[in-house]
Amino acid sequence: MEPLLAVVAGILFAIAAYLLTRRSIVKMVIGLVVLGNAANLTLFTMGGLTRGASAIIPYPETAPVGDYANPLPQALVLTAIVIGFGMLAFALVLAYRSWQELDTLDPDGMRVAEPIATEEDK
Amino acid sequence: MLSADILLVLPLLIPVFSASIAVLFYKSNVAQRWTGVVGAIALCIAGILLFMEVRESGILVTYLGNWPAPFGITLVADHLAATMLVLTGILTLAVAVYSLGAVGEREEHFGYYPLTHVMVMGVCGSFLTGDLFNLFVWFEVMLIASFVLLVLGGRKIQLDGAFKYVLMNVVASTILLAGVSILYGITGSLNMADIAHRIHDIGEPGLVTVIAILFIIAFGMKAALFPLFFWLPASYHVPNIAVSAIFAGLLTKVGAYVMIRVFTLIFTEDIAWTHEIILWLSVLTMFIGVLGAVSQFEWRKILSIHIISQIGYMTLGLALYTPMALAGAVLYVAHNIIIKANLFLAAGIGHHLMGSYELKKLGGLYKYFPIFAAFNLLSAFSLAGVPPLWGFWAKFTVIFSAFQAERWIPAAFAIFVGLLTLYSMMKIWMYAFWKKHPEGDVPEHIQKKKVPLTMMIPVAALTLMTIAIGLFAEPVIEIAMTAAEELLEPERYIHAVLEAAP
Repeated sequence: MEPLLAVVAGILFAIAAYLLTRRSIVKMVIGLVVLGNAANLTLFTMGGLTRGASAIIPYPETAPVGDYANPLPQALVLTAIVIGFGMLAFALVLAYRSWQELDTLDPDGMRVAEPIATEEDK
Repeated sequence: MLSADILLVLPLLIPVFSASIAVLFYKSNVAQRWTGVVGAIALCIAGILLFMEVRESGILVTYLGNWPAPFGITLVADHLAATMLVLTGILTLAVAVYSLGAVGEREEHFGYYPLTHVMVMGVCGSFLTGDLFNLFVWFEVMLIASFVLLVLGGRKIQLDGAFKYVLMNVVASTILLAGVSILYGITGSLNMADIAHRIHDIGEPGLVTVIAILFIIAFGMKAALFPLFFWLPASYHVPNIAVSAIFAGLLTKVGAYVMIRVFTLIFTEDIAWTHEIILWLSVLTMFIGVLGAVSQFEWRKILSIHIISQIGYMTLGLALYTPMALAGAVLYVAHNIIIKANLFLAAGIGHHLMGSYELKKLGGLYKYFPIFAAFNLLSAFSLAGVPPLWGFWAKFTVIFSAFQAERWIPAAFAIFVGLLTLYSMMKIWMYAFWKKHPEGDVPEHIQKKKVPLTMMIPVAALTLMTIAIGLFAEPVIEIAMTAAEELLEPERYIHAVLEAAP
């Protein structure tokens, strides 16, 4: 199972790299989503996968019995997903506001902060 | 005296507490302002107490929730982290006082104060944490607050700069997360000390080096190393000058700090390969950063592109990997936190007086505001490394250790870049202070202006600090040497975290 998920994560990284180089800030934001999920999948896979077992200790035991899944990657991925979601929400609002103000989705057209030098400047 | 556990948690509790109070008084700008100042004073005191305790009893460790290492999250303070916390406290205080005069009501209304506290909490957390995943989380805390601070006010230029900043930083965090996860996969641990303890027994030097490169990319983006710095010239000059100052002082330095941390603690196996890469990246960073700065004609842009060049010196110290070079890196990070922010604060005063950051529209500041001009000149000299100021000792230590290591080309570049730094600082001086105002004499309404005390006091205090440290450098260099020795003996860090567990 791990090799398959590793390949899937690799494909997701490749898709994200492609999307991040597109000339539209919406596609770049989608690229961020895919990139985040690729990293989350890597994190989850690297922790090792256990089929058909949960990370729960049955009552009244105090230690895991039999097969059990590694709970740490699950907790980490949950944290990473929540953080990624917050970042995504912000990036989307920012992209929308930039489109409203700058009237373009093309990063090449976003030259307010770094204006192209004119003859006069030289 | 407070116990070590409390001392380590205070730098995180104080900012979150001040942020909460500031949110509670959301409607009252006055209450928020003073919460900012009082919170910063408290943070300063907490940092100094922690520093004194580290000086006295060595590396301090606390286990959150009393979970023993390596299972729970640990907070660790060694000399380097404690020094960074003191400087963070001082800088936060300076910016909090400066904000009283410099931040407009509109920005205050949008939550400038709570966001600054949250960002400072993220910075302190990154300095203190002993856990890699926790480091990622602190980075995100710091980032999300910095995103909002960057667009506060929502002008066109801010949205433009912020989009580039957000994109690059989110990509960097994701790469960091991927690197952390692979490291977790091969070592089975997230605790930095535990990873450092195990990583040499794994027998996969190739894989470890690959992870090291992932970390160089992730932290290099945060620290603005060549060739990953392009977000910085796009964004650092767009927000309010107080925000620029605290960004310039703290954020990239956090990148440099974590780089020093992991490349002395964890990735020490293949130094000939990883540190060699960092060495040449540093040389390019220094050189290209300073060239970018020299070509600019906007006060804030010169300063912000300069940050890149300064980062090169810090990582050069790390890459040389001798006790003196690391001490130089520590001195340089410390010096840059204070002086870079101070130059931004001074630029803010210039803008307050003249109404522009464009050097060509400025002039004659020296004639009517000689005291302000003197403070700015001294800070600029310190940045360029003119003796006997603090910056000289930092630069001298790094360059001297490059010569000691017989690294002639990096050493030559470091000296040459120092010269160009001086040139670009002189450019600001010539244009803004010395030359005549473009309208002939300085217009009368500007002549009558006074520099507000709330803006002048922080600039003066930080400048005096760099003079004082320059004149009495001995104890400061001694602290930096101790920090470097601690960094080069990771066993002490590992021992402190793993052996002292409850």
